[in-house]
Amino acid sequence: MKALLIYLRNYKKETVLAPLFKLLEASFELLVPLVMAAVIDNGIANGDKPYVIRMCLIMVALGVIGLVCSITAQYFSAKAATGFATELRKALFSHIQNLSFSKMDTIGTSTLITRMTSDVNQVQSGVNLVLRLFLRSPFIVVGAMVMAFTVDVKGALVFVVAIPLLSVVVFGIMLVTMPLYKKVQADLDAVLLATRENLTGARVIRAFNKEKSEIQNFEKNNQALTDAQKYVGKLSGLMNPLTYIIVNGALIVLIYVGAVRVDTGIITQGEVVALINYMSQILVELVKLANLIITVTKAIACGNRIQSVFEEKAGIPEGDLDGSGLLKETAENDDEPFIEFDHVFMRYEGAGADSLSDISFCVKRGQTIGIIGGTGSGKSSVVNLIPRFYDVSAGQLRIGGKDVKEYKLSELRKNIGVVPQRAVLFKGTVADNLRWGREEASEEELWEAAETAQAKEFIEGKPEGLGFKISQDGKNLSGGQRQRLTIARALVRRPQILILDDSASALDFATDAKLRAAIRRMKGSPAVFIVSQRASSIMYADQILVLDDGEMAGLGTHEELLENCGIYQEIYYSQFAKDAKTSGKEAR
Amino acid sequence: MGERRNDRQSDTLKKVFGRLGRYRIFVVFTILLSVVTVALTLYIPKLTGKAVDFIVSAGHVDFAGVMKVLVQIGACILITSFAQWLMNICNNKMTYQIVRDIRNDAFKKIEILPLKYIDGHPYGEVVSRVIADVDQFADGLLMGFTQLFTGVATIAGTFCFMLSVNVKITFVVVLITPVSFLVAGFIAKRTYTMFKLQSETRGEQTGLIEEMIGSQKIVQAFGQTEKVMERFDEVNKRLQDCSLKAVFFSSITNPATRFVNSLVYTGVGVTGALGVINGSLSVGQLTSFLSYANQYTKPFNEISGVVTELQNAIACAKRIFDLIEEEPQIPEPERAVKLTDVKGNIRLSDVSFSYTPERKLIEHFNLDVKPGQRIAIVGPTGCGKTTLINLLMRFYDVTGGSIEVEGTDIREMTRHSLRAGYGMVLQETWLKAGTVRDNIVMGKPDATQDQIIAAAKASHAHSFIKRLPKGYDTWITEDGGNLSQGQKQLLCITRLMLVRPPMLILDEATSSIDTRTEIRIQKAFAQLMEGRTSFIVAHRLSTIREADVILVMKDGKIIEQGSHEELLEQGGFYQNLYQSQFAGA
Repeated sequence: MKALLIYLRNYKKETVLAPLFKLLEASFELLVPLVMAAVIDNGIANGDKPYVIRMCLIMVALGVIGLVCSITAQYFSAKAATGFATELRKALFSHIQNLSFSKMDTIGTSTLITRMTSDVNQVQSGVNLVLRLFLRSPFIVVGAMVMAFTVDVKGALVFVVAIPLLSVVVFGIMLVTMPLYKKVQADLDAVLLATRENLTGARVIRAFNKEKSEIQNFEKNNQALTDAQKYVGKLSGLMNPLTYIIVNGALIVLIYVGAVRVDTGIITQGEVVALINYMSQILVELVKLANLIITVTKAIACGNRIQSVFEEKAGIPEGDLDGSGLLKETAENDDEPFIEFDHVFMRYEGAGADSLSDISFCVKRGQTIGIIGGTGSGKSSVVNLIPRFYDVSAGQLRIGGKDVKEYKLSELRKNIGVVPQRAVLFKGTVADNLRWGREEASEEELWEAAETAQAKEFIEGKPEGLGFKISQDGKNLSGGQRQRLTIARALVRRPQILILDDSASALDFATDAKLRAAIRRMKGSPAVFIVSQRASSIMYADQILVLDDGEMAGLGTHEELLENCGIYQEIYYSQFAKDAKTSGKEAR
Repeated sequence: MGERRNDRQSDTLKKVFGRLGRYRIFVVFTILLSVVTVALTLYIPKLTGKAVDFIVSAGHVDFAGVMKVLVQIGACILITSFAQWLMNICNNKMTYQIVRDIRNDAFKKIEILPLKYIDGHPYGEVVSRVIADVDQFADGLLMGFTQLFTGVATIAGTFCFMLSVNVKITFVVVLITPVSFLVAGFIAKRTYTMFKLQSETRGEQTGLIEEMIGSQKIVQAFGQTEKVMERFDEVNKRLQDCSLKAVFFSSITNPATRFVNSLVYTGVGVTGALGVINGSLSVGQLTSFLSYANQYTKPFNEISGVVTELQNAIACAKRIFDLIEEEPQIPEPERAVKLTDVKGNIRLSDVSFSYTPERKLIEHFNLDVKPGQRIAIVGPTGCGKTTLINLLMRFYDVTGGSIEVEGTDIREMTRHSLRAGYGMVLQETWLKAGTVRDNIVMGKPDATQDQIIAAAKASHAHSFIKRLPKGYDTWITEDGGNLSQGQKQLLCITRLMLVRPPMLILDEATSSIDTRTEIRIQKAFAQLMEGRTSFIVAHRLSTIREADVILVMKDGKIIEQGSHEELLEQGGFYQNLYQSQFAGA
């Protein structure tokens, strides 16, 4: 949490001035009971009306000064707190933007979003409150006590007993209830989970006729939540009555002591009234302080969570080689290997075993490589290494004859078009989304890419064409349409390397076939990686890499593999020839 | 317009009171206790004043009098704190039980909402109604009500007590307090618009954050970090501006009203002190007046806060009640038939359907399915194949014509018995948070371990389940987050294997399982489909070639219908589709 405070650096002035003005205000507030006591003891006792009015004008003046001070303080603290939050959010967002893929995997997206939003907000209100109250409240409590001592030492002894007692009760109850509130939060999460599940799984739940048992389950969770809330409520409900007893008990003692002291002529009637006033001021501040501490503990917890995100090291080391060596125009020999996997091993962070072991193959410019294999066989891992989404743990991956780690990351990725498994689009127009590939692409180039990606037809079908607005997550498009747009987006880059990571899964065979044909005809002849589970998608590739459990089970053309690769045969026949053998009638 | 909104607000309030009715005793208790608390709390300053009057100066202290008053104060304190405690407990009980009831009602409604509603509303929105809105409602409305009530009682009580002490000073107080009201109201109005702007901007930023962090890998792959950062900065800057204003304006309320309070305090001080000099008031009475002045203005500030909170709470309550009162799916007829002994006769006669009236999807569609037949649904991406499933399972109702199972219109039978007749694996797998076992036994909660393992073996899921950290007791996080897509689908298939229902709906069930596993699954399916009526949606033409009837769909419409051979001969859309599988490059 402490480390986060540097984001206050541009608001040093405000950070210092806010509590100062707050203290000023508090000091004026402390003077009021004294003035009142003077009114009673001097003004009233002597029947001095002008004195009374003068004193009251002083009180009004004190009020005005207090108001000015406190508004100034509020402004400074609001400025410091919101400024702090703004800089914190910016730094955090930029940090998250640079986290590596494996870090993102371990932390999780939803966690990061919570850190960015509600956690930062909590810290902001924490900072704001601290600036305003953290000095003020203890100052008033202590100050009122000191003032009480200046009025009368013996009378003030009542405060010495009452205040610690009050603090023990207030903070004791808080300490006991705080962990209980965490339990309430956990119970609420359970209720939330049940609700969301029954929305996302409505079809399955109804198909299995589970409505009744789901309701029972929900009611159980809900009751647990209610019970926890009631229990906490009962405990924290003790706070008011207990503090009430202590404060007013102290008041009784105070009046009694006051009576004795006045009787012996040590203090005056007005001073007794002043003591009583200080007592009530202290009570008000203690309650504020308790609230403050709750908010601050919450804020600190949030701050620490944010800090732990900052402690995740961002980025990966990169070289300084620019990408010109990757361009076809400058490449001298097309026959030289363009991409080389040289005994590559790869292990995900925290995983127990290698996801890829000893992968070696070469790809030339303009070649198409098919990668096929079962779920979890490492197909995506292979292509993820090329744009350095993940790094090899042993061996070397060379592109254009240089280790990928020697390139500047942005230069490397600029030349690679990736179409991910999950078709992700962003809010904005179709054109906006396609221009993610290359910002300066002309409209003509966009249409060209869309045509290759088989997306032209449906874009033309929209009245707005390229200006069609895509809603968040592309909800207003079908799965296949989204996938075609992500392919077009990658093509707009005019990449030297094109990676289709199982990106045609939502396309039917006809579209898939047209897509592959169109990619073959593409200008600039990039090296194309096609990851797929369908043999038909990759059988015409120049080379096919067959993976099994992270190891190379075969490498070669379709014909070669059909000859000598058992796993490839199995896959292929399961999708093609098998049908010929087991005709429909036989199966029944 | 404004009046109509008020009407709706009062409607919502009526419903809130209706819910309070169930806990009538608590409400009465709370009110009684708060009256007691307020009265006694107000009485104490008066007693304190009395005590001060007994303490005049050296030698002039009436100890007997002081002691008597102190005993009275003590008694008041004890009673008040006890009443406060009871009130808290009543209030707690009432609040949380009402919250519980509302949540239960909302959830029950979710279970019977038409799928159309669930498909048409973002999940997050419905969830936030059940969670956040209910919380806001509880905080604002119930707590707010008691605050409002004690506030008003305090004002009235203080007023009476003050009158009983001195009429003139009371008027001074009454004259100054509206100022406080005005100031607080003025600030609250400004603050409200600022806060609204702030929460809108915050929402915009959260949307951006969600979108960008959620898809960060793409952002990085396309090197868009800087551009995204620019957009973020812009929103961030705007958020800073409006939240500075919101925070500042709202934080002015306190000092401003405190200032007005100090004016009241001074006013009482002046008139009071002058009154004492004139002999119309005692010093003790002045003391009690000063504390009344403090107490009297406080509820005003609170009430102005409470009013905004109440409005917010009513808005929340309205959203919850809207959900609870949402029209449920068409209820079953009173004498709904229980579908038993399903053989698998399904007849669709003259079926028409559309999600929206403007876009007709299925029109005058006829299909007669005999027991054990296989119906394949084929078509290009996004052709609306799931629509047919929605109709068969009665997730949606047909807009024309009828669907009959075993000769009975499915609208005449219970949904439960109809759906129990089907086994379904959907394109989008869904698992609930729970153990692997919990997920498998969904259709048959009393299944034995042997039966579960047998089912898992039949679907080839057993081998991967075995390798999970705790086998069948492994905890699956929400929506199967810790499983691969293939594994999730295997579990969904295992669910079916355990139940073996008479009719099957397989919606691209095997599309993301690797082909080797798929062969085995298809063998298992073949066994499962044996003698069962099945509807299969798939891209793989090879797997549906053996179907008895093929339905070819395009743009949500069924355009061709027949067996594989028939359709090939027709040389239509299907033939095209079929050829393309082998078209290659």
